[in-house]
Amino acid sequence: MTQAAAITREPYTPKGALDRLRHGDLGAWPVVGGLVAIAVVFGTLNEHFLSPENLTNLALQMAATGTISLGIIMVLLLGEIDLSAGSVSGLCAVVMAILSVRQGWNPLVAIVVALVAGALIGLLHGLMFTRLRMPSFVVTLAGLIGWQGLLLYLLGQGGIVNLPFDGFVAKLSDTWLTPLAAWLLTLVLVAVFAASNLVTRRMRLAADLPVAPTWWLGVKVAGLAVVLVAAVAVMSADRGVPLLLVIFGTLVVVFDLVLRHTAFGRWMYAVGGNVEAARRAGIDVRRIRVLAFVLSSTLAAFGGILSASRLAAVNQGSGGSDILLMAIAAAVIGGTSLFGGRGRTYAALLGILVIQSITNGMFLLSVDSSVRYMVTAAVLALAVAIDSLSRRGGTA
Amino acid sequence: MISVTDVSKRYGAVQALQGVSLDLRPGEVVALVGDNGAGKSTLVKVIAGVVAADSGAIAIDGERVRVGSPHDAQRLGISTVYQDLALCENLDVVANLFLGSEPRRWSLLRHIRMERATRDLLTSLDVRIKDIRVPVAMLSGGQRQSVAIARALLGEPRLVILDEPTAALGVEQTAQVLDLVRRLRERGLAVLLISHNLADVRAVSDRVVVLRLGRNAGEFRTAEATQESIVAAITGAAA
Repeated sequence: MTQAAAITREPYTPKGALDRLRHGDLGAWPVVGGLVAIAVVFGTLNEHFLSPENLTNLALQMAATGTISLGIIMVLLLGEIDLSAGSVSGLCAVVMAILSVRQGWNPLVAIVVALVAGALIGLLHGLMFTRLRMPSFVVTLAGLIGWQGLLLYLLGQGGIVNLPFDGFVAKLSDTWLTPLAAWLLTLVLVAVFAASNLVTRRMRLAADLPVAPTWWLGVKVAGLAVVLVAAVAVMSADRGVPLLLVIFGTLVVVFDLVLRHTAFGRWMYAVGGNVEAARRAGIDVRRIRVLAFVLSSTLAAFGGILSASRLAAVNQGSGGSDILLMAIAAAVIGGTSLFGGRGRTYAALLGILVIQSITNGMFLLSVDSSVRYMVTAAVLALAVAIDSLSRRGGTA
Repeated sequence: MISVTDVSKRYGAVQALQGVSLDLRPGEVVALVGDNGAGKSTLVKVIAGVVAADSGAIAIDGERVRVGSPHDAQRLGISTVYQDLALCENLDVVANLFLGSEPRRWSLLRHIRMERATRDLLTSLDVRIKDIRVPVAMLSGGQRQSVAIARALLGEPRLVILDEPTAALGVEQTAQVLDLVRRLRERGLAVLLISHNLADVRAVSDRVVVLRLGRNAGEFRTAEATQESIVAAITGAAA
């Protein structure tokens, strides 16, 4: 009661930051640290790892699984899981390929139909989860096997559909931004980021709300500029910024804005944090849950299409093997909590960067895939351990 | 004034409430006390629209009203803070306060308006929270209780029902919450306080209403009642 000011004007004190750390709000820092470690280790072991060519390959490899991971985040935020994302991605890619190649449809229409198929699959999962009260784990485990079965059925005897190399879909992953376009995009991104921060700051000051110090704003804008400039410089030294990365990045940013600035996004976090509280606040919990599954499967479908574009084909292995686990691992490694209610879409970007770097680095070192699996598993286990411990810290 | 008259409620073989009456006036804190199973929770649920009474009436300013659902209660200006608070621990104070009724423009959340309103409300209640943008999980028990109570005030209610607001709190935090209850009274709200703790009851209430085995078992003006007389009414020792 001796405190003079009821509300301090500067929430960004070092002590406050330390408090947040202690309460498990580690943010993205463990991942960034991990990325630096990966860069140093693989960079010293293999001089090719940090070359523009390899880093551009890395950017290209990230997009498909990253998009699937973004969908996984939507259900993880609710504290649920989607094990069917891999199968759904493969199935929808096959739908797209069959329509555009075997049936000769316009590729764009084929893509839209595949995305709608993904959305319907998600709707089915969501309804089974909310209406039939089946655990999401079981619903999507059934999906994992069932949609894989449908994929094999649709592919039939041939077992493979090749996409024409000069077709629209295959071109997606072979399109590169010209240096001019890349630099313009960078400039626009940094400018918009700085401007929106400045406007917000202005409005907060006008409303007499506390604001972060100006230098902090400068640090944030400069940080973004440095990262973007470095990335564009490296990739432009090779073939340029891949369109696939731009698409993936756009999805990440758009979904982050939706989650943070719309009631829908806030309610997602609310349902993930405390279902009962959300229900009592008048939120239609069932609708939010169904929508999360729809988003997850739709994004999985889109990831599958990007993957097919990279391979210029779909086959019986599409969406199979380790894609699902990679996508889930990426979300968790990036900082999305498995317990719901915590995480941002940037987790997909950071997490997939970590996983793909490890995969890519070990591939360069010609490490056997057995070792690769074990290392990825260890990284995933570490990420989950950090998540669990910080959750305990948060409630203690 | 909110009047509850002659309310009865039966759960199967158990007569939870029998002919219970209660008057709640603006600017008055009424404490509802009684042993476990005395019917306190049932009475609160009836007033809050969570369960329907078998018989009896609720009237606001003399006009009979129907409280058929929590939504009805909300509309009539009856706000309830349950013991479990129902806060989303992962969201910050602002988000929790406006959860489910966020102001929007072009379907975008109005962050600044919400934060301004939150600060104004907390300041007017003299609730001290250093940083209202941190997750509620990082707040103390007393602060969380204060947030839950502040949220109950957003709909401009006439009656606030507080279910065991000090149950899990330490000495200092209890004092903070009791201060807050007094401030609700100063705002001219009717407050119904359910509590096991007679010390708290005596500290903040104007009137004490005792329930025993589902019936009215005594009503005291807090200033005039002794601890012994209240305890006697609760246990039924002095007939």
